[in-house]
Amino acid sequence: MNAISIGGLGKRYASGHVALRDVDLQIRKGEIFALLGPNGAGKTTLINIVCGIVTPSAGHVLANGHDVTREYRTTRSIIGLVPQELATDSFESVWATVNHSRGLFGRPPNPRYVESLLSQLSLADKRNARIMTLSGGMKRRVMIAKALAHEPDILFLDEPTAGVDVELRRDMWALMRRLRDQGVTIILTTHYIEEAEEMADRIGVIDRGTLILVEDKRTLIEKLGKKRLTLQMRAPLPSVPRELADLGLELGADGTELVFSYEASRSIDISALVRRLADLSIEFSDMHTHQSSLEEIFVNLVSKRT
Amino acid sequence: MSGAGSDTATFKPPRFNKHGVWAIYKFEVARATRTLIQSLVTPVITTSLYFIVFGSAIGSRMQSVSGVPYGAFIVPGLMMLTLFTESIANASFGIFYPKFAGTIFELLSAPVSPLEIVMGYVGAAASKSIVLGTVILATSSLFVSIHIMHPAAMIMLLCLTAVTFSLFGFIIGIWAEGWEQIQIIPALIMTPLTFLGGAFYSIDILPPTWRTFSLFNPVVYLISAFRWSFYGTTDVGIGTSLTFTIGLLALCACAVAWIFKTGYRLKS
Ligand SMILES: Nc1ncnc2c1ncn2[C@@H]1O[C@H](COP(=O)(O)OP(=O)(O)O)[C@@H](O)[C@H]1O
Ligand SMILES: [Mg+2]
Repeated sequence: MNAISIGGLGKRYASGHVALRDVDLQIRKGEIFALLGPNGAGKTTLINIVCGIVTPSAGHVLANGHDVTREYRTTRSIIGLVPQELATDSFESVWATVNHSRGLFGRPPNPRYVESLLSQLSLADKRNARIMTLSGGMKRRVMIAKALAHEPDILFLDEPTAGVDVELRRDMWALMRRLRDQGVTIILTTHYIEEAEEMADRIGVIDRGTLILVEDKRTLIEKLGKKRLTLQMRAPLPSVPRELADLGLELGADGTELVFSYEASRSIDISALVRRLADLSIEFSDMHTHQSSLEEIFVNLVSKRT
Repeated sequence: MSGAGSDTATFKPPRFNKHGVWAIYKFEVARATRTLIQSLVTPVITTSLYFIVFGSAIGSRMQSVSGVPYGAFIVPGLMMLTLFTESIANASFGIFYPKFAGTIFELLSAPVSPLEIVMGYVGAAASKSIVLGTVILATSSLFVSIHIMHPAAMIMLLCLTAVTFSLFGFIIGIWAEGWEQIQIIPALIMTPLTFLGGAFYSIDILPPTWRTFSLFNPVVYLISAFRWSFYGTTDVGIGTSLTFTIGLLALCACAVAWIFKTGYRLKS
């Protein structure tokens, strides 16, 4: 059984704006799934529907096999959400607000669990502090603690690292890995590609309400990635030698670079290329390869649709 | 950290989320107790002022109303006035604030049913106004001697009114899109209705046209019933009053049910 199973999901807001169209998506138990997409693509809408904050216009969503509308008590008990916007109570203490969340989600008090949660999030010494006295980064930690207070099986993080400092980002990545190791399914949205590249097992790309691709991260990079071999010339070449025309080489940097592009999935005989260059007495001083990042793949994908 | 890692089946939520109701109730009561001093001092001072002005200064010149000394006569009305305004203010603020601050997402994503949400918010708001009502009764008893003829009925009416108007406040809090709207209903509607509703006089002393007019004011029935529980006298029959009060409660309950069914101003 999948952690999340979405079928034919559509959302049209009262304004008439269609935020999601016919989305089908399966999220496996225990994986980290990154939902990538530009601003306004519909990522938050999707998450909010699963969590019960927004009502869908069409389709269905199951969490651990339970319908999120009809069996909302079950699904909401096992889902935790760290929303995009930083919204906390001001006058409550950290301790009170985290325990409040636990109770709200139907769990009996468990001070030991809450204690360990706070220390894992480096909040232990702030437990009696009023939330309004905390920095933005600390407030975000509190939001995470609240989302985990009821020991959810599935955790949604909506742009968790937007505008957070390096230290917190690293802490959050570590926490996500730790949670995954404990079997928690994690769905995060981001428009930082590095984050998806760093964290995700699988990646979905959403653009203007349509899920345009879901793929294993590695497969995605391999399938769509281009590799580029750049050779640094000893002496600039006036043009690509006619004898090498079959390879589709390009000259760069005023003839001092010879660039060879190929699909990452294709196996290339580099030594043959080097031999042919030697036969033509073309000398090079250096070489390096570059593989396109998810960022490039992503920009490519989205721009192709416009 | 989570139960997910173990092989245990999906957490089975109870049919009634008592921890959830308690969490909301406690949260709301904590909010009230942060301002406990103001909450309690204000009604004590106001009540004392009423007695100094109305009870002593004016009351000494007024005859008793339906056999009840004027000072004692105004006590039920005074309590009702506080019950109305406090219930509406507390319940409307309680649900409006999370909408305003953005923290409502947590409530909407929690496994709590509409009934449980209402129990938490309305329960807390009603509790606070019942406490304040009792404080006013206690303060009043320092100035006049009060005899309660039907104590059980008095307590029941106190609770019924507190719950009804807390429900009403809850509806206002959901409907409101700004702070002005939160304040407008109590100021523009409840205060006039209360003053015109016989809080400080019997509507029998009004000219016939105005008296008839008063019968369209729901507050008349509430105050009348409440005064009956104290002194056994009524402006309108106790049966009519009770029917009216319960009808008002049912009306508010239906409105709340509709709000949750449609997600009105809660969900997009
Ligand atoms: N309550 C709403 N009413 C109308 N339109 C909305 C509402 N919420 C979001 N939208 C619109 O839906 C689209 C998707 O928004 P959102 O899901 O927040 O995107 P993302 O999280 O990917 O940035 C945006 O164009 C946004 O303006
Ligand atoms: Mg978003």
